[in-house]
Amino acid sequence: MNLLDYLPFDLPHPALLAAGMLEGTVLAAVLALTALGLSIVFGIMRVVNVAHGEFYMLGAVLAWFITHTVSGIIGGPPWLGFALALIIAPLIVAALAAATDWLVLKRLNYDPEATIVATIGILYIIQQLALTFYGPDARPVEAPFDFRVQLPWFGYSGYKLCVVGAAILLMLIVWLILARTKIGLIMRATQYDRETAQAFGIPVDKVYAGVFALGAGLAAIGAVLIVPIQQAHYLMGGDPLLLSFIVVILGGLGSLKGTLVAAIFIGLSDGIISTLYEPTLAKILATLLVAMVLVFRPQGLFGARAA
Amino acid sequence: MLTLTGIDAFYGNVQILRGMALEAQRGEILCLLGRNGAGKTTTLKTIMGLVRAQSGIVMLDGQDVTTLPAHEIPKRGIGYVPQGRRLFAEMTVAENLEIGLMTRQKGKDVRERMLDLFPVLRDRLKQVSGTLSGGEQQMLAMARALCLEPAVLLLDEPTEGLQPSMIALIRDVVTELRGGNTAIILVEQRVDAVLSIADRVLFIENGTPREMVDAATLRADPALVQKYVGIG
Repeated sequence: MNLLDYLPFDLPHPALLAAGMLEGTVLAAVLALTALGLSIVFGIMRVVNVAHGEFYMLGAVLAWFITHTVSGIIGGPPWLGFALALIIAPLIVAALAAATDWLVLKRLNYDPEATIVATIGILYIIQQLALTFYGPDARPVEAPFDFRVQLPWFGYSGYKLCVVGAAILLMLIVWLILARTKIGLIMRATQYDRETAQAFGIPVDKVYAGVFALGAGLAAIGAVLIVPIQQAHYLMGGDPLLLSFIVVILGGLGSLKGTLVAAIFIGLSDGIISTLYEPTLAKILATLLVAMVLVFRPQGLFGARAA
Repeated sequence: MLTLTGIDAFYGNVQILRGMALEAQRGEILCLLGRNGAGKTTTLKTIMGLVRAQSGIVMLDGQDVTTLPAHEIPKRGIGYVPQGRRLFAEMTVAENLEIGLMTRQKGKDVRERMLDLFPVLRDRLKQVSGTLSGGEQQMLAMARALCLEPAVLLLDEPTEGLQPSMIALIRDVVTELRGGNTAIILVEQRVDAVLSIADRVLFIENGTPREMVDAATLRADPALVQKYVGIG
């Protein structure tokens, strides 16, 4: 009698497991980018941005508009439309976020509770605007290139692998900016002590607007990268918002390292469990894990204990 | 140099400063003395624009700076050493200095001068500032403010909680700065810590300036000290 016979489920075929892990890695990469945006905004501004998923959705929808315009109306090649979308969509979303900061958050004095309620309102405004102007349909965006990488068991989309590479590159850039540049120094000073930062000439209003724009822009980049894999839809912001919150809570609010580790963990487990079993089961387990972490380690896995 | 006239300031609904007024001169140490809650720290914060004056005027070199955004005020040449030091404790010594240097775009020469002034810091540039000893943290807080090459330096209880040798060192630095034509406003609770270096002493009570006395007069007759900061 083999011990494995006692398992309540069958062990998956290695090929299926490999596919699950690959899908999970792609999800983890995009999730890490999106969650990083949420984490930076919370870490520096102490604002819980409930509208973060809508900035993600907006990135995807804008990517559709841009690629559709370039290939459908002008007749350009798919890679051109996608390249433009990858640059323009995050910039538009970032500008919108900066405007949101200036028009709404700043006027609430970044009060933690008021900003939660305000960003819930912004969530619905963006969502309904998307429904009005984009419509209820899910629309595909063509991948900028299409080649398959042959693995031992099956061929895999080369584009998906590039998404992983791009996400890693972007996170590396964000980390370098935060750790090594003057802008990063200014952002960290604002995060640590807003008042003293002002006493040393740091315009915290501008830093906040920039940070909020950066956070939203990262979500939008994640969405543009994912939209050739999943279609653009006006309700697509829900899942990334939930998963981003899970990742940020697991990793510890404001901890970049924690966000990264948690994103990889949640992304991989979500990908594997979704592929092998059920997407709903993946969400249930992830949410359960968050509940456990909140009970036993409220500051998150890598978060500093509140001073 | 720096003058405050008729400043009223509030925390929420509570009025802290009532008609606060003072004048700081170059090459002079003005000491603000008063009991806990008299409004000494708030006076400094109002100068920095961190607490907004509801009425009154802050003039720096003949220019009205009362309504400037808080981050513009240090750029005009006011260096601030806050109470409790308020270092960016998660950052290194070098990064804290860098933030001071960035305020008024000062370069390597100023940084070198700071490290000559506080040689301990030179050995600890890569160390996270929160792990420095209390005295070293105070030196870093002063160096960070002096990186602005300020015309006016605001010091809020710089000797609080420090050992005597550290207090002596900070006193030496402050005295040296006075010679360098900086206007210094020093907030202290402990009279003995200031009498020997202050030029003038302003007694504050309930957010109002009560009496301005030459330090020399005060040294001869400490009765006033009893009146404004004495216990009982």
